[in-house]
Amino acid sequence: MPMQPLTVETLSAGYGQAAILRGLNLTVPTGRITAIVGANACGKSTLLRCMSRLLKPEQGQVLLDGRAIHRTPPRELARRLGLLPQTPLAPGGITVADLVSHGRHPHKGLLARWSAEDDRAVARALTATRTDTLADRDLDALSGGQRQRVWIAMALAQETDVLLLDEPTTYLDINHQIEVLDLLVDLNRDRQTTIVMVLHDLNLAARYADTLVAMKNGAIHAAGPPQEVLTEATVEQAFGLPCRIIPDPTSGKPMVLPLGRHNTTESSAA
Amino acid sequence: MSAALDTLARDIARQRRRRSARRLRLGLLMGALLLGTVALTLSVGHTITPPGQVLRALAGDDLPGVSFAVRELRLPRAVLSILAGLSFGLGGVAFQIMLRNPLASPDIIGISIGSSAAAVLAITAFGLTGMAVSLLAVLSGLGVAAAIYLLSFRNGVAGARLILVGIAIAAMLQSVIAYALARAPSWTLQDALRWLTGSVNGATLPQALPLLVSLTVFGALLLACRRDLEAMRLGDDTAAALGVSLTRARATIMLGAVGMIAVATAVTGPIAFTAFLSGPIAMRLAGPGRSPVLMAGLVGAALVLIGDFIGQQMLPARYPVGIVTGALGAPFLVYLIVRANRTGAF
Ligand SMILES: Nc1ncnc2c1ncn2[C@@H]1O[C@H](COP(=O)(O)OP(=O)(O)O)[C@@H](O)[C@H]1O
Ligand SMILES: [Mg+2]
Repeated sequence: MPMQPLTVETLSAGYGQAAILRGLNLTVPTGRITAIVGANACGKSTLLRCMSRLLKPEQGQVLLDGRAIHRTPPRELARRLGLLPQTPLAPGGITVADLVSHGRHPHKGLLARWSAEDDRAVARALTATRTDTLADRDLDALSGGQRQRVWIAMALAQETDVLLLDEPTTYLDINHQIEVLDLLVDLNRDRQTTIVMVLHDLNLAARYADTLVAMKNGAIHAAGPPQEVLTEATVEQAFGLPCRIIPDPTSGKPMVLPLGRHNTTESSAA
Repeated sequence: MSAALDTLARDIARQRRRRSARRLRLGLLMGALLLGTVALTLSVGHTITPPGQVLRALAGDDLPGVSFAVRELRLPRAVLSILAGLSFGLGGVAFQIMLRNPLASPDIIGISIGSSAAAVLAITAFGLTGMAVSLLAVLSGLGVAAAIYLLSFRNGVAGARLILVGIAIAAMLQSVIAYALARAPSWTLQDALRWLTGSVNGATLPQALPLLVSLTVFGALLLACRRDLEAMRLGDDTAAALGVSLTRARATIMLGAVGMIAVATAVTGPIAFTAFLSGPIAMRLAGPGRSPVLMAGLVGAALVLIGDFIGQQMLPARYPVGIVTGALGAPFLVYLIVRANRTGAF
């Protein structure tokens, strides 16, 4: 369990010439769930890539437990912090258990042999994601929701304190989205894993996250408890979308009702 | 709860052990096939030598007409075929796994042809011979690999760009060879042609030494990156998130694979498509699970050994092994290109 939170300090990063993130600051509360929202191409994935050492910052740094992650050896960092990329690739014909076993990579040195503890870690990850009955199945033969749970199981087998997930629910239908988010909450409650996830659905983000981070043009536009961040003004500014906010009757969290140009009694365009 | 967990862990372990046992059996089978083929190539040549005489010749007995053929002609040929095939197979599959594309084999993306072009140029234009040519061939194989690497990795992303850059470089080097041959003095042609089609003609046992050294040194590099290579099958991002140091792993794997292939090319010439074919065949044989790197080496050895036997004994005229493997590989290349829009088969 890290003593100090994961922090991003005046981070600037990009790909070649184009600066994507500009002087971004963020503190991720330890042991809580943080959701990052923002319009397409505002730099959410770029931020997660910097926070997991995949992209080197041009300026600033990311600190885990007070130590700059870009000066932490990759294998050592991978035992503390895991990342599930937005579109992970699976080799053809790989079984569920094989894929999840990959999560043990950072725990295996050059000469270390596969151990019974590795098998137990894989079993724990499969059980936690309720993919244990799929262990011998071919990944290609699974539904989208099952496959996403398997990828999460791989990240779980890594047994890190911090888990970053880039759009873990995109392309899933609503019931599988809820299933994945519930799973992440279980994980957070049972293991106190710090979770940072990029989500597109503002309502689900507000409902599931302890902290909501709204990004705009490579910077943090607003961050804090969902009640404070998810306001009509923020949504309008970050997404360019007029909306109404009402309390979610099931959770009391804020809920966004987008106002388009059609099909509402109040017209925003007029 | 914990009992269920233990059962699951045991099931996973059992499944894994069952698969490694299967892999082991397959490896032994492949070894037996190699051994059988070696026995065949040692007995069959201009004349057919009975196994008893082959063994006596190998043991050092002087049998007129037999000992020379077995010890000086057939044995070096078999040894060189196996070592070169191993090098091509291992080097090829390492590239294919690292870049997640069967087309990313060093003999497709211009690395082997880099060695050939340098050798042909050295022989025809500069009149070099022997060791100097081989050394130059190895160095330019490494040089071409470095050039392709620098041209195609941007922000650490390679993918399809590397393959396109490699194919373009291969085409360019092909025209260098054509130009060099067109202007070559006729007395150099014989020597130069050896660098165009791989063959184990005129093999001698001392030639095996550089191959053994390269397999040991470069093989150790590949072995050290074995786990990283496995993680890279999940894509560069996931591999990095799993703690793979991508730049270092890529450089090490490329050095190991290119070194192996360049040395083998310097000894036998580019045995067409062996690097390219071995990986996919090994994958097909081994089925799901970890990538069958060693199996690809064994398949490479079998391809060269059997290809040479076919070229020498089973066709109307004698052909170098590169012609036989070329005839096998070309249709497979077309097949892969036809279904190339689905990459990531590795
Ligand atoms: N590998 C890359 N090379 C160049 N530009 C990139 C790369 N990845 C993303 N970008 C650009 O960076 C910007 C932010 O991308 P990203 O962080 O993926 O946005 P988000 O995840 O918020 O949709 C986009 O304009 C995108 O085009
Ligand atoms: Mg993104």
